Amino acid sequence: MPLLTHQRLPYVKACLHVLALAPLVYLAVAVSSGELGGDPVQRIIHFLGKGALNLLVLTLCISPLAKRYREGLLIAMRRPIGLYCFFYACLHVLAFTWLDLGLDIDLLVQELAERPYIWIGASAFIILLLLAITSPQLIRKKMRRNWQKLHNFIYLAALLTPIHYYWSVKSGWLEPLIYAFILVALLLLRKNVLLMLRKK
Amino acid sequence: MLIRCKKASQQSENEVVSESIYQQRRDVLKQLSLAGIGLSVASQAQAGVFDLFSDDNSSQATFKQTPLQSSSSQNYANGETITAEKKVLSHNNFYEFGTAKTDPQRNAQQFKVEPWTLTITGAVTKPITLGYDDLFRIAALEERIYRMRCVEAWSMVVPWLGCPLAAILNKAQPTSRAKYVAFETLYDPEQMPGQASAYVGGNLSWPYMEGLRIDEAMHPLTLLSVGAFGKTLAPQNGAPIRLIVPWKYGFKGIKSIVRIHLLEQLPPTTWNLLAPREYGFYANVNPNVDHPRWSQASERRIDSGSIFTAKRIKTQPFNGYAEEVAELYQGMDLTRSF
Repeated sequence: MPLLTHQRLPYVKACLHVLALAPLVYLAVAVSSGELGGDPVQRIIHFLGKGALNLLVLTLCISPLAKRYREGLLIAMRRPIGLYCFFYACLHVLAFTWLDLGLDIDLLVQELAERPYIWIGASAFIILLLLAITSPQLIRKKMRRNWQKLHNFIYLAALLTPIHYYWSVKSGWLEPLIYAFILVALLLLRKNVLLMLRKK
Repeated sequence: MLIRCKKASQQSENEVVSESIYQQRRDVLKQLSLAGIGLSVASQAQAGVFDLFSDDNSSQATFKQTPLQSSSSQNYANGETITAEKKVLSHNNFYEFGTAKTDPQRNAQQFKVEPWTLTITGAVTKPITLGYDDLFRIAALEERIYRMRCVEAWSMVVPWLGCPLAAILNKAQPTSRAKYVAFETLYDPEQMPGQASAYVGGNLSWPYMEGLRIDEAMHPLTLLSVGAFGKTLAPQNGAPIRLIVPWKYGFKGIKSIVRIHLLEQLPPTTWNLLAPREYGFYANVNPNVDHPRWSQASERRIDSGSIFTAKRIKTQPFNGYAEEVAELYQGMDLTRSF
């Protein structure tokens, strides 16, 4: 008997909402109390980016876990987690554009064009955007087999984000490397899927 | 003797500081005079809900700063608003105490500055050794309000207290072989967690080293600072003595200096060793030479407002001190010698 039943699923989802939103409450309280220092802009941007990255790792953990422990309903959690990942990514981009660049759109366009780490991050963001837009069941059904093709791009996003992270820090490369290691390990679990993609 | 010519951009402190900030500063001094009582109250007032989750007690005792008198006050920041002291104290790059901006304030409060030894050695006729008290007697202390531009594209305006570096170099009498000046920060892993752990200190090599060409070091704008905001430096700002070179990126302003060494060859510098493509020896503020990963054409000015009101302003060549220092670099390709 799987632990996760249809009866229990709503409670697990409620927990997810609380857990996913709690870091934002922490962030708001920490910023306003001065806990993050006199100028927390860089910290806010990194916090949100890392939040998105953690949720990306989590979405990729779902299907291996569901298979390993025969918890089929766990798959139902993948969509909300993925949408939260996109939500954090949106806040990350918003914080960068608003708080760091001061809504200077010319500067944003220029940075997008000139900085490899920014357009790598932007590419990952566009992938997440497309996946979020096409996530409702109705669209999924309409897209048929193309839906899976599109959503396989999550693997590309999973490779791009640690590179974006690694490239964006001034020093202290350990953490981005750990993320890269975890994400590559999660992709290797899907070796067969990826090899099939190549044959097509 | 230093002959000072007042530039049009210079205003005295009372011309540019609003009444409320002026009063706040006096209040800070009054509170400080209540030394023991004042400090214990202040640290309790700062203790927030997050202290419940941290097991270190470093936030309970605050480093003691003492008021300093200055003989003059000059504004070299064209009347731009001075950054709130609270922000200057809680937004620091001082990797010896950790890489996060808030780490230095958190981890440096127990830092011992007394006793302190600063030596001036190398290509000099008279090597000098200074103790803690001597640091404040090199020359008459001046207050200088400078822009501080970080290589990370944020900036502040800070009222430093100190004396020109030239004052102490002249006392040591540089010889003709003195082409460069090298600086070194204290190496003490027991006090500086970033030196003890590569993870905490972001993989820098220690001790932190910086350097200037001798003409840059002798320039009247180059300051050896022992204080800010009317009192001795906080440890997170580089107590007890640090370098300020206002036309260069902030990382040139080496903190907690123990050694000044004059030499003939260009000395190695810490950030340049770590990433030579990103951080040059000169590190002059230059809006036309971008950092490989971000634009240096503009900067986020951290003033006294909230994160939502901070403005993005244009970065000026030599951080606005071109009139004074551009001639030092005549004939040099500053795109290559960045």
